[in-house]
Amino acid sequence: MSELLLSRWQFGITSTYHFFFVPLTLGLSILIAFMEVMYVRTDNELYKKMAKFWGKLFLINFAMGVVTGIVQEFHFGMNWSEYSRFMGDIFGAPLALEALTAFFLESTFLGLWVFGWDKLSRKVHALTICLVAFASNLSAFWILAANSFMQSPTGYAIRNGRAEMTDFMALLTNPYLLYQFPHVLLSGLVTAGVFITAISAWHLLRQSHVDFFRASMKIGLVCTLLASLAVGGSGHLQAQMLAKAQPMKLAAVEALWETSDSAPFSIVAMIDEKNKRNDFALSIPGALTFLVHNSPMGEVKGIKAMEQEYTARYGPADYVPPVPPVFWSFRVMAGAGGLLILLALAGVWLWRAGKLESTPVLLKALLYSLPLPYIANSAGWIVTEIGRQPWIVFGLQRVDQGVSMAVDAASIWISLIGFTLVYGALALVAVSLMRKIAVAGPVDAPADAAGAAGKGATLWN
Amino acid sequence: MELNVVWFILVAVLFIGFFFLEGFDYGVGILLPFLGRDDAERRLVINTIGPVWDGNEVWMITAGGALFAAFPHVYATLFSGFYLALFLLLLALIGRGVAFEFRSKQAAPSWRAAWDTAIFTGSLLPALLWGVAVANLLQGVPIDANMQYTGNFFTLLSPYTLTAGLAFVLVFTYHGAVFISLKVEGEMIGRARSAGLKTGLAAAVACLTLVGLTYVSTDLFRSLPAGAALWGAVASFLVSYWLLRGEKYGLSFTFSGLAIVLTTLAFFAGLFPRLMVSSLNPAWSLTIYNSASSPYTLKLMTIAAAVMVPVVLGYQIWAYWVFRKRLGVKGHLEY
Repeated sequence: MSELLLSRWQFGITSTYHFFFVPLTLGLSILIAFMEVMYVRTDNELYKKMAKFWGKLFLINFAMGVVTGIVQEFHFGMNWSEYSRFMGDIFGAPLALEALTAFFLESTFLGLWVFGWDKLSRKVHALTICLVAFASNLSAFWILAANSFMQSPTGYAIRNGRAEMTDFMALLTNPYLLYQFPHVLLSGLVTAGVFITAISAWHLLRQSHVDFFRASMKIGLVCTLLASLAVGGSGHLQAQMLAKAQPMKLAAVEALWETSDSAPFSIVAMIDEKNKRNDFALSIPGALTFLVHNSPMGEVKGIKAMEQEYTARYGPADYVPPVPPVFWSFRVMAGAGGLLILLALAGVWLWRAGKLESTPVLLKALLYSLPLPYIANSAGWIVTEIGRQPWIVFGLQRVDQGVSMAVDAASIWISLIGFTLVYGALALVAVSLMRKIAVAGPVDAPADAAGAAGKGATLWN
Repeated sequence: MELNVVWFILVAVLFIGFFFLEGFDYGVGILLPFLGRDDAERRLVINTIGPVWDGNEVWMITAGGALFAAFPHVYATLFSGFYLALFLLLLALIGRGVAFEFRSKQAAPSWRAAWDTAIFTGSLLPALLWGVAVANLLQGVPIDANMQYTGNFFTLLSPYTLTAGLAFVLVFTYHGAVFISLKVEGEMIGRARSAGLKTGLAAAVACLTLVGLTYVSTDLFRSLPAGAALWGAVASFLVSYWLLRGEKYGLSFTFSGLAIVLTTLAFFAGLFPRLMVSSLNPAWSLTIYNSASSPYTLKLMTIAAAVMVPVVLGYQIWAYWVFRKRLGVKGHLEY
């Protein structure tokens, strides 16, 4: 395999892995902050217990997010150094700002939260987790500001053989960012809501810690319902924006080869990439046009037309992203999201009717829905990133122009295998630890830890 | 002052913060298997840095981000050039980072021993690699006219750079020992002190060798401030050692920290105005001019840093203040 392909695999694997943990961090930090603020306001010990229990799971997840995040930061220089040279003037700023404004805040105040229960006043302690939640989501904002530039560049000029920033505000008010950030933030809340709901369902099915998980379930369900509805709405707006910013990506999402004034929305399709057509499609006529233009008539550009346009503008190259993965990932994402909306609706409905705990079928469905947000999150990024191919920065630099020149294939093989193995092993450990804690429920101190230590059991519960 | 110079100073400040803070942090990790005789004691050693290690590590992440934003060519050349060394560094940091969190979640001795090993290795390896990296940057590495690194992983290893790696490991271990002596109560204080006295002696020898080799292998001493700072570092270290013998832990820590600060200062003063020295042709070195971002970005980042760095310092100092009390095995430590 070439350095380019290896680097792409490595980036794909490490970022998917990183983003496996990030959404839960984003959403759960907000929910834990909510629990602790409720504790301070109502004096109800149950809320404190909730913040501590979900906090334990949060910390394992957070640790994984942090250690995989360091790799991401160094990656641009290691594997994509020509990209870093070309884009550093613009891309480096949000990354440095993320560290300055968010990482410091997040890590310092998380340390204070974890170790500060008996050292800080209740209000100050609640403030620490609020700051962690704020900082986590702020760091997502900076990263997405950088990513949005790659999708749809704004506020730059090409000078001195590279892209230079001319307008920082344009970077921050990039339309792509304004649609993408809420979508990601809300996905985080969905992930956290489902996470809490699923674990609560497991316990309610077994009638263990009923009061605790009944209360948690409420928070989880309401959060899932509101956030998943909003995530659908923000996704819709994002698609409309895509029609303007990245019509090729939208066309790939729909496997729409020909430009059409009344474009159909394909539910499923057999895509023939070679001959640039669909052998079969089950579609709703006119629906795509309606989704994009809010009206039955309006042009949606097809892949072939975009290909001609790009070739004329940027010179001959292959400008069509891999269509099937983009097409199917979008459907997986939207399908998983739709399913979650239905589940959350049913859950809230039964809870209001007082029948949730006597409906094991739904509790089981809520439990088994745990993978859905994770699948949707990953699929969403596949649409975003593969749909951008062959560009690394849309219209400015192709992926093959961004790869490092000083790195040989052997080095990338070593790091690719190394990261994949270590990540895989750690994921198993993290998931099994989280499972253990989730199953044990809110206990004050793990009995086994105390037993093995003999003395000083209070050191690590 | 030119913004390029301002950013050179800011990058230096971030590295000073990083080496000062993560220095004792790594040191504590390296000492973990030696100072903690049983599980509770090892937990105690970890808890001396428990609330702060993550915040300390962000100094390195910010330094990386600052290089990217202010000197993208340095970021690109350095990180792609030192590829495998960085890969090892990242693996070490991954293992170390999760170990702090995972260690306590199972009671089996083999589980805990495995994560303690991850903390030890994950602290030793970065200390060593940073020493090697710093020495390489001073000595110069093969960089061609197109700002590309043309060596490989083994190009980075030489008697000089390995001595620097060893010196970093020993100084950080010493710095960590003094830090533990400040943070614990009871019998552990004496144990940390004697660990400090043992490693300190070895560190002093390594440092003096390193200064000698720096004289031969680099042009650092052509800069008077750099030379003065380096000798100042050696002097501070010896003062710290003498204070540790006299059981003046707070002052000893101040001087071991000062030694690290002065070493980092010497390094940056010796480099100035270069950031990466080319061993092939001095004209191909990456300087604060040919590797920098545009004036607009530099200005923007300067404003951001001027606002944020004092704020960050403020709450990090506050965090250390909150956890100022000494820790004991019998005390209650939330984890």
